Amino acid sequence: MNKISNQRAWWLVVPVVVLVAFNALIPLMTVVNYSVQETFGNNLFFWHGVGWFEQVLTSERFHASLLRQLAFTGMILIIEVPLGIAVALCMPRKGPWVSVCLVLMALPLLIPWNVVGAMWNIFALPDIGLLGRMINGLGIDYNFTQQPVAAWSTTVLMDVWHWTSLVVLLTYAGLCSIPDAYYQAARIDGASSWSVFRYIQLPKLKRVLTIAILLRFMDSFMIYTEPFVLTGGGPGNTTTFLSIDLVKIALGQFDLGPAAAMSLIYFLMVLLVCWVFYTAMMRNEEQ
Amino acid sequence: MKFQKLLITTLYILFLLLPIYWLVSMSFKTTNEILGVFSLWPIEFTLDNYRKIFTDPTWYNGYINSLIYVVINTVISVSVALPAAYAFSRYRFLGDKHLFFWLLTNRMAPPAVFALPFFQLYSATGLFDTHIAVALAHCLFNIPLAVWILEGFMSGVPKELDETAYLDGYSFWRFFIRIFIPTIAAGIGVAMFFCFMYSWVELLLAKTLTSVEAKPIAATMTRTASTAGYELGLLAAAGTLTIIPGAFVIYFVRNYIAKGFALGRV
Repeated sequence: MNKISNQRAWWLVVPVVVLVAFNALIPLMTVVNYSVQETFGNNLFFWHGVGWFEQVLTSERFHASLLRQLAFTGMILIIEVPLGIAVALCMPRKGPWVSVCLVLMALPLLIPWNVVGAMWNIFALPDIGLLGRMINGLGIDYNFTQQPVAAWSTTVLMDVWHWTSLVVLLTYAGLCSIPDAYYQAARIDGASSWSVFRYIQLPKLKRVLTIAILLRFMDSFMIYTEPFVLTGGGPGNTTTFLSIDLVKIALGQFDLGPAAAMSLIYFLMVLLVCWVFYTAMMRNEEQ
Repeated sequence: MKFQKLLITTLYILFLLLPIYWLVSMSFKTTNEILGVFSLWPIEFTLDNYRKIFTDPTWYNGYINSLIYVVINTVISVSVALPAAYAFSRYRFLGDKHLFFWLLTNRMAPPAVFALPFFQLYSATGLFDTHIAVALAHCLFNIPLAVWILEGFMSGVPKELDETAYLDGYSFWRFFIRIFIPTIAAGIGVAMFFCFMYSWVELLLAKTLTSVEAKPIAATMTRTASTAGYELGLLAAAGTLTIIPGAFVIYFVRNYIAKGFALGRV
């Protein structure tokens, strides 16, 4: 659509800018402020330069949680995106079952995150949980509160349970928008269902899949509540992701400087990835 | 082929429902049964857990508090996002693209980054522990999302609609309220659904910004879990009740849900 150039349109945006700026800029400035200062209590602050940034960037603790975070985000993307596409392809297109499927699938998305954690906690506990009992019944020794591998797989499984539906719903919306004519043409050409997927559905899904990956990347990169309630970051530090670590430093130990420096590094990383995705998406749209 | 598809869909839905079933079934059990016997369904069926929640003010006030700030947040987010989304979808203006991306960056900001400064900001402005504080804080990620969704829906409405209305002598606000808003009612529904959803499920900021007066149900739950030992039945009942508003809202928007998740941009 051709847009008209109109500077007065700014007036329509002003309320949004004011509200978001109040919430975003003031806290962000506070963080920047802390990140370059040292304090000995009593509200006395001293200039500390980039010391905190150096400290965070070279600390092993930060490296470890960043690595865990990357591994976690990578794992859930590898599982959730193909699984989501597969389920969306299997869903009925028409009929009364469509809304039933949609409502049931959207259900996990609307459960408060700490309830998700608590629910999986009681579901996976080896003594009273259904999942824990089942796995132990198969002869596998499983206790996610003590074994790092079990804790990891439970956290990943929980996230798959919680968020795959988002990928399903997005992909489903994309699939519904493909006109029937495309499929008819494919049928005339005698295309196999794989080539229909590869050459018709996948290209048409590019846009919604970008949104899905983008949303899943940002949300999994800032995951806090669910693993915190499920495992508390343990056993040991094995499921301490970036946000959990940050909250421990900021609100637990009250180390303002390092916490602020870490916040900024963290935020910039998310921003960078999202900017790359966003630019790619916008360029696609213009073509 | 048909059978295979049905099987995969059914298995996936079963996988989604199993943990929920376990939570609901646990909410009808007594603490003794939960810890003592392993049973697939409640043997000594009890409603005590629910009775406790509906009679104890610290519990049911949690629900009321959560619903109050979620509703305030949804109303604020959508009403300020409407004109902004219109501006983004119809006009070019200085810095519009940068502004749009800046708004989106706030959706990307990890709440953990903002927890501490938010606490200080809202303490300094005297809003700490009020519903409005949580509602405003949640605007950080809900306004960008609402703008993004509404912009998608508005771009789908042909510009001729606006032009005809202006030719007919409608003023901007009269056109906007009388004609444009009814046209994109579906989009507004979807945007409200998303604002409701993200505000309802968020805990970190809501917990940081409240102590007594506006304490959300989710925070009541975590505090009970940590202080009163393991009252699992009670916890399960509270958890089950938090699913209900979400399920209720999904039911109403079920026909728009697929489109809304694609942010109106399929």
